[in-house]
Amino acid sequence: MIDTIRSLGRWGLDSFERLGRGHIFLLHTLQGVPELFLRFSLVIQQLFSVGVLSVLLILISGLFVGMVLGLQGYNTLVDFGAEESLGVLVSLSLVRELGPVVSALLFAGRAGSALTAEIGLMKSTEQLSGMEMMAVDPMRRVIAPRFLAGLISMPLLAALFSAMGIFGGFLVGHSLLGIDDGAFWSQMQVKTDWYDDVLNGVIKSIVFGFVCTWIALFEGYDATPTSEGVGRATTRTVVHSAFAILGLDFVLTALMFGEG
Amino acid sequence: MPLIKIRDLHFYRGSRAIFDGVNIDIDRGKITAIMGPSGTGKTTLLRLIGGQLRPDRGTIEVDGQDVHKLSHSDLYDLRKRMGMLFQSGALLTDLSVFDNVAFPLREHTKLPESLIRDLVLMKLQSVGLRNAHNLMPSELSGGMARRVALARAVTLDPMMIMYDEPFTGQDPISMGTLVNLIHKMNDAMKLTSVIVSHDVAETAEIADYIYLLSAGKVIEKGSPVQLKRSSSQWVQQFMQGLPDGPVPFHFPGDSLEDDLFSQKVSG
Repeated sequence: MIDTIRSLGRWGLDSFERLGRGHIFLLHTLQGVPELFLRFSLVIQQLFSVGVLSVLLILISGLFVGMVLGLQGYNTLVDFGAEESLGVLVSLSLVRELGPVVSALLFAGRAGSALTAEIGLMKSTEQLSGMEMMAVDPMRRVIAPRFLAGLISMPLLAALFSAMGIFGGFLVGHSLLGIDDGAFWSQMQVKTDWYDDVLNGVIKSIVFGFVCTWIALFEGYDATPTSEGVGRATTRTVVHSAFAILGLDFVLTALMFGEG
Repeated sequence: MPLIKIRDLHFYRGSRAIFDGVNIDIDRGKITAIMGPSGTGKTTLLRLIGGQLRPDRGTIEVDGQDVHKLSHSDLYDLRKRMGMLFQSGALLTDLSVFDNVAFPLREHTKLPESLIRDLVLMKLQSVGLRNAHNLMPSELSGGMARRVALARAVTLDPMMIMYDEPFTGQDPISMGTLVNLIHKMNDAMKLTSVIVSHDVAETAEIADYIYLLSAGKVIEKGSPVQLKRSSSQWVQQFMQGLPDGPVPFHFPGDSLEDDLFSQKVSG
């Protein structure tokens, strides 16, 4: 019994200590961001590996999610004779929720895990220490560019996901199920608000991008420098990111749409 | 005045003392070796000198500056004058050999690319790998990677270089090449070298002075000749690589008789 309490206490202390380290890490990362605007080529390289390489996954997933939404939405709406509103259903679902959330989950799985593994391996092969001893701060040279790249990529990927999803919904709704394309687009246009829906979705995706990239980079930087340690850190990135995305999504949704 | 002055160094990992009151002087222009069995904290010592770790007590001065009292930017300025060769080479795996050696120049200077090219090729020439400048680190052997790392460590013409186990895991030819390079670089570039190693023969061949560390203390110090003549049994065991002596062959614990004739052995 005492042992259980003791180990619980140790776990709590360790967790708080890690949380503290994570925040100090974030502070140092943010300190490195302003000077990146003078060396933007570092960010561009990372935009490619973090963002561009995730595009295909995002596009294909978006297309299928949109197509499923189209099918499911039609089946429900048709009972009420409201199938013409499919465009609204697809666009609101994607822009408000599924676009930011699903693309962030995919981003954590694809780019986040890759970032953790990369940084963890750089640590275990002493590349980060080597940089420090060459008087190059890895926080500024390695971490900050990746952080900024993640922050920029995520909203763009979410936008691509939503756009592709809407297209998928349209394909199913119009081409397969025969909904009038004019009604599909015009209802969507009328009912989807730029500020309340689109902008809130963008804010969500920025928050998710911030958190996912932070988690991924910190897990890599804090990983035990062994192959097992890097493996565990990669798993933690995906798990913690998923929790953070879904938890924050609830909080953000409550703040944004709670009163409506 | 020595280039590196370590006084009353204490460093703990948890409750275990890695260094327990160590004093070391490293003279300018000399090759000083820090030797000792595995796990005596030799690499930790280099990280303490480089300011990557903080001692629990004591001071480390490099070129008259207390490493652990420097601000972040002053520490980084000092590191520009310190080279370090990691055991793994620590080459950046996404950059070619050329770009690895050019890395410190590109980060710290505004030299034109044509001049960087000449400097890099000269450094690579000095380690015999000019023609390998297009290769990626994954295409290099362990010995080649260390030579590239050595070229990179001297790119900014530092005042000193720290070598972390430079001979470990090398074939005889690579080992000979590295021994030769370390010696030549030290003389040609008027460097101060600190070698951390447990390869006795190779290190004793080029070191001017040796510190022997064990259990957190300096056990013996002196020139290689002095150490070979030391009356200490421990020193003799280490220098000659004897399997048994003050450091026992058997891991301490119950005697064989106790284990065989008592029934308490667990599976």
